[in-house]
Amino acid sequence: MLSVGFIPLVDAAPLIVAQEMGFAAEEGLALDLLPAPSWSSLRDLLAFGRVDAAHMLAPVPVASALGLGGSGVEMCALSVLSMNGNVIGVSNGLAARMRNGGHGFGFDDAHAAGAAIITAGPEAGARLRIGVPFPFSMHAELLYYWLSALGLPAPQGVEVRTVPPPLMAEAMASGEIDAFCVGEPWGSIAVEKGVATLLLPTRAIWQGAPEKVLAVRKGWADDEPELSARLIRAVWKAQRWLFAPDSRALAGEILARPEYLAMPVEVIDRALTGNLCISPGGDMRQVPDFVTFYKNAASFPWRSQAQWIGYQLAARMGLDRAEALRKASHVFRPDLYRAALDPAGAVIPGASSKIEGSIRVETPVASGAGRLFLGPDSFFDGKSFDPERANL
Amino acid sequence: MKDRLSVVIVEMDRERGVLIEESLRVAGDFDITVVGETNDLAGKIRDLNPDMVLVDIANPSRDVLEELTIASGPMVRPVAMFVDRSDEALTRAAIEAGVSAYVVDGLKSDRVKPILDAAVTRFNMFHRMRVELATTKRALEERKVIDRAKGMIMKARRVDEDEAYAILRKAAMDQGKRVADVAQALVSTAGLLS
Repeated sequence: MLSVGFIPLVDAAPLIVAQEMGFAAEEGLALDLLPAPSWSSLRDLLAFGRVDAAHMLAPVPVASALGLGGSGVEMCALSVLSMNGNVIGVSNGLAARMRNGGHGFGFDDAHAAGAAIITAGPEAGARLRIGVPFPFSMHAELLYYWLSALGLPAPQGVEVRTVPPPLMAEAMASGEIDAFCVGEPWGSIAVEKGVATLLLPTRAIWQGAPEKVLAVRKGWADDEPELSARLIRAVWKAQRWLFAPDSRALAGEILARPEYLAMPVEVIDRALTGNLCISPGGDMRQVPDFVTFYKNAASFPWRSQAQWIGYQLAARMGLDRAEALRKASHVFRPDLYRAALDPAGAVIPGASSKIEGSIRVETPVASGAGRLFLGPDSFFDGKSFDPERANL
Repeated sequence: MKDRLSVVIVEMDRERGVLIEESLRVAGDFDITVVGETNDLAGKIRDLNPDMVLVDIANPSRDVLEELTIASGPMVRPVAMFVDRSDEALTRAAIEAGVSAYVVDGLKSDRVKPILDAAVTRFNMFHRMRVELATTKRALEERKVIDRAKGMIMKARRVDEDEAYAILRKAAMDQGKRVADVAQALVSTAGLLS
């Protein structure tokens, strides 16, 4: 029996499916899945050994390694649970101003959406207030990246506030925030409540963004190599199952159960299918690969992903960037991933690091066995991030 | 540093807030404020500028307090989480009890300990009360379901109450289930037929 903490979100699917569809049992594991009320408490439950593994925001273990937040207990990421799957939404007032300014809510162009939100933004002198679930999250990092690339000085020019996802719609309704970036199903729920219009999937900012990771204490990974290998395999098999289009309906039903998300399956399906309703008026948008669990080695924990996060955090918090890159590089564990999955016949990238943002189209790459394609991982501004050549 | 520690308790339930405050007053002379609203929680706490913040782990708004761990300006005092390795037993007790504490960086753990001890005791009490309440509620609900199932058996098989209960109990033993579960199955299935 292995206790695993999660936050009730669509992207907890690999862990829930690993248990419910028997992939954990295949590896001789029983996952005791424990829902947590907040990211900070989940991080502490993990740090103090109340759970052995956790569904975790990718930046949380990196932030901990840099000494930001938490208790200083070292954590590492055994694999990436999901890529992307968040949405940016704006209040009805802001949406109306953006429409008046000519924005069409195409839901695919980060340049147009960003320019529109900056132009229509709050009254002169006020700062745009954006809610995110946690200070150390891809939500926050992608927002800062997006807005500063478009000329809005971040973090100074924008007020990024922490709002727990279940309270996001309420914060929007009460005028506490002008916009949010949140994981599904909370964006769709805000739309259902009639308080928000969705502007962009975060995928439009960085196609290759790691979102949640399978996090464990570093000490536990060192002490329990066999157990962590079994956990990596069970979760990887669940991710492969989730990739099959035939699995979607059942996956939605399982996630909707009261012990997991306890939400209507119709709302959960939107993220799983990428078929999102973006406005209270019922406008639909189709987003291919809205959230990915498996496709194109999505679950491979690239060191360069952790380094991108470490670099952004260091730049924003005024820490030493070279040191941040070095510390972050140890947080994601392609070595453990490879050791666990090579025997399972998985097709794994030969490299452990890549130039983030350099792949424009699906590209074949070297791998240990079989043919492997990496998916596009472009940033919307066309830049790339090479940890070896980062601007220090 | 001030002599009297200032403590903020984040608690939406007013009654619970008062109870925690009372326990802390018994533990020592502190300057205590209860904040009962989530709206702009980080801003409120920044204004109060306390030495220590106590919050229920089950409160999702706890994530808002994480913002305070980032010293974002020269006027903002860095707040560290008390759960560090300096006193792991105390931290573990706090986590088990469901309370988390944020304290100003550099505050000695012996100054914080009496507060956290009192809070842990109080939270453990809340936890017991919650479990007791849930158990009582469940027992009451089960009693109601069993009564309804008995009534249905009495009517359908024209037996008295004791006999109806015996039938239920036998079915439960045969199926290896609890009487309440068999009664529940009967009641919900019968609902389909009527």
